[in-house]
Amino acid sequence: MAAFSSLTEKLQQAFKKLRGKGILSEKDVSEAVREVRLALLEADVNYKVVKEFIGKIRERAVGQEVMKSLTPAQQVVKIVSEEMTELMGGAKSSLVVADKPPTVIMLVGLQGAGKTTTAAKLARYFRNLGRRPLLVAADVYRPAAVQQLQSLGEKLKLPVFSMGEKVEPVNIVQGAVKRAQKEGYDQVIVDTAGRLHINEQLMEELKRMKETAEAHETLLVVDAMTGQDAVKVAEAFHEKLGLTGVILTKLDGDTRGGAALSVKAVTGCPIKFIGMGEKLEALEPFYPERMTSRILGMGDVLTLIEKAQSQVDKDKAKDLERKIRENQFNLEDFLEQLQQMKSVGSLENILEMLPGNAMGKQFKNLKIGEKDLIKTEAIIQSMTIQERNNPEILNGSRKKRIASGSGTRVQDVNRLLKQFAQARQLMRQMESSSRGATGKLSKKMKNKRFHFPLFR
Amino acid sequence: MVSLVPRLVEGLAKTRKGLLGKMGDLINRSGKIDEEFYEELEEILISADVGVKTTTELLENVREEVLKKRVKEPAKVLDIIKKNIQEILGEGTSALNLEGVPPRVFLVVGVNGVGKTTTIGKLAYFLKQKGKTVLLAAGDTFRAAAIEQLEEWSRRAGAQIIKHQEGADAAAVAFDAVRAAKSRMIDVVIIDTAGRLQTKKNLMAEVSKIQRVVEKEVQGAPHEVLLILDATTGQNAVSQARLFGEAVNVTGLVLSKLDGTAKGGIVIAVRGELNVPVKFIGIGEQIGDLRVFNSEEFVKALFGEEGSGSR
Repeated sequence: MAAFSSLTEKLQQAFKKLRGKGILSEKDVSEAVREVRLALLEADVNYKVVKEFIGKIRERAVGQEVMKSLTPAQQVVKIVSEEMTELMGGAKSSLVVADKPPTVIMLVGLQGAGKTTTAAKLARYFRNLGRRPLLVAADVYRPAAVQQLQSLGEKLKLPVFSMGEKVEPVNIVQGAVKRAQKEGYDQVIVDTAGRLHINEQLMEELKRMKETAEAHETLLVVDAMTGQDAVKVAEAFHEKLGLTGVILTKLDGDTRGGAALSVKAVTGCPIKFIGMGEKLEALEPFYPERMTSRILGMGDVLTLIEKAQSQVDKDKAKDLERKIRENQFNLEDFLEQLQQMKSVGSLENILEMLPGNAMGKQFKNLKIGEKDLIKTEAIIQSMTIQERNNPEILNGSRKKRIASGSGTRVQDVNRLLKQFAQARQLMRQMESSSRGATGKLSKKMKNKRFHFPLFR
Repeated sequence: MVSLVPRLVEGLAKTRKGLLGKMGDLINRSGKIDEEFYEELEEILISADVGVKTTTELLENVREEVLKKRVKEPAKVLDIIKKNIQEILGEGTSALNLEGVPPRVFLVVGVNGVGKTTTIGKLAYFLKQKGKTVLLAAGDTFRAAAIEQLEEWSRRAGAQIIKHQEGADAAAVAFDAVRAAKSRMIDVVIIDTAGRLQTKKNLMAEVSKIQRVVEKEVQGAPHEVLLILDATTGQNAVSQARLFGEAVNVTGLVLSKLDGTAKGGIVIAVRGELNVPVKFIGIGEQIGDLRVFNSEEFVKALFGEEGSGSR
């Protein structure tokens, strides 16, 4: 959602004043930490989890050298991101396979979390792995829940075990496991009725089901849109049943999904899958780094930052800064900037890594931008060194020569020169106002209809 | 009318203990109103899903009033907060739009899994109790067995039902239902729709289309567009309310699953941003577990008043 601007942007605002400081002081960090905290709370990460997490961030951020990292905001985001990914379980985790089949998986959770749909998705997933799944309709409470699973089973052409709605769920799972043993199903997936974690009677029922079925995996299905209560729900289910993992559903919307972090932090149970849509194939493995970016609302900015850091030569960057300051930025530098950008990736690639929807409008005419880039390169390469260093000497005949040399028209050459002049002016403004505010840069460029996002 | 407060208090038990029990504790142990006090208030409100933005605004108002009126005792702050929450939620109840030429057409929308079909069952029963004839339109033609689920509720509530096959055009179901209601002299038509995430443009266009179809058939229809919000939802509910509001003319909110577990603070966040009244709350899975929302009783229940006996 565009409603939230990215954390990076907010931190850049917070760090604006830091120019010229050597080391992040406790006070500087406090301001940044405040923004991080708000971002997490807006994303529905549990208040207590946030508190603890923030403590860690503070510790790591104080004393960081500002100058070493040209941009303290990104440095802090990096720390936050690393810590969060770590907290969410580092690498992805897989499902248990029983020594002696069938492997029994139970899906549990609140009403409306998406257990029935997820059960069908899991069955499909196992079939694609070459296993023989048996779906079990053990939700005897919600009207038509059994039919729902049966109907999904039909769509997938997979068997559904049901004993109607009049039989105790405990007996249903018992019957299902027997059937699986007899008929050689190696993966039993039990759909259970949604229930409140505070309903002791129904929680007790789940416990008996689990014991009867000797379930190998008890997975809590959690709606990614859940608020602060996610922690209590997960705690209660975990305490009663001993969860082995979590499946996060409805992540195809615009929720930040802070519930993920909360649930993992409190129960320690890994998130094993995420539901990304209503279609039965929309079940994906969970990647902590992606969830981190999502919670922080920053797309895959980190990947981008890392790439940029590895590509951009620090010395050259310093040199460039000096040139801008002294108004010596010329077409040669301009070309170099373009080439540096290309080495990071295609424009489209770069934009893909930016926070999704918020950036969409701004880059509607993206394809054109890419083409312009090639053209611009050709034009500059058709100039002599002298011309590149002193664009002022370009007269009519020179322009004509450049145009024919680069396969463009004189108008194109003129347009480039105009853009270059604008860019130069812009960079000087940037340099004099603030150093790290790329957010500001892109805004200004948009206003001036400037097509080349440049590196600072 | 029997006071709903005790039942609401019961339903909101968790909210009370979680949200305002904590506030009571804070007030009892705080000698003075200082930064720490405000910080803890913030924590309590955010933990109840009131949201960063609304909490910040709320507390700014509170601070201002505390300064202006030179309030010194923490206990008085509680009243100020209560008053501010009451202001956000609006006053009293908001009646269903039932007056006028029948059939009255109600459209029910929301994201997946919030309890649309269940709420419709309860709403049908509620209207039947008031002596209305009710016809349900099985407009969730997408989810497996959603039609069967609504059929079961229609049996329980004693309402008629119009249905097509799974996969049929939901707007066509709505059209047929409204036509049938006209010829059968039905008082209220309630149209169920498939759950959809508010960010799916094509699905939101589909729900706009249903609204247009009934608009053409009955004057002033739909007379109510009810957006169901799951009370356990976090800040995404604000986005839901906003984007559904853009696609259809939402006239009221129903807060579902407010029994025991949910905190319902999200309703404060949603109301803080959008001027749509809450009309009902769902407090259980039984057919009678739908209550008219009364903001004053809600606030009372939220703060645990009149409920000390039932603890």
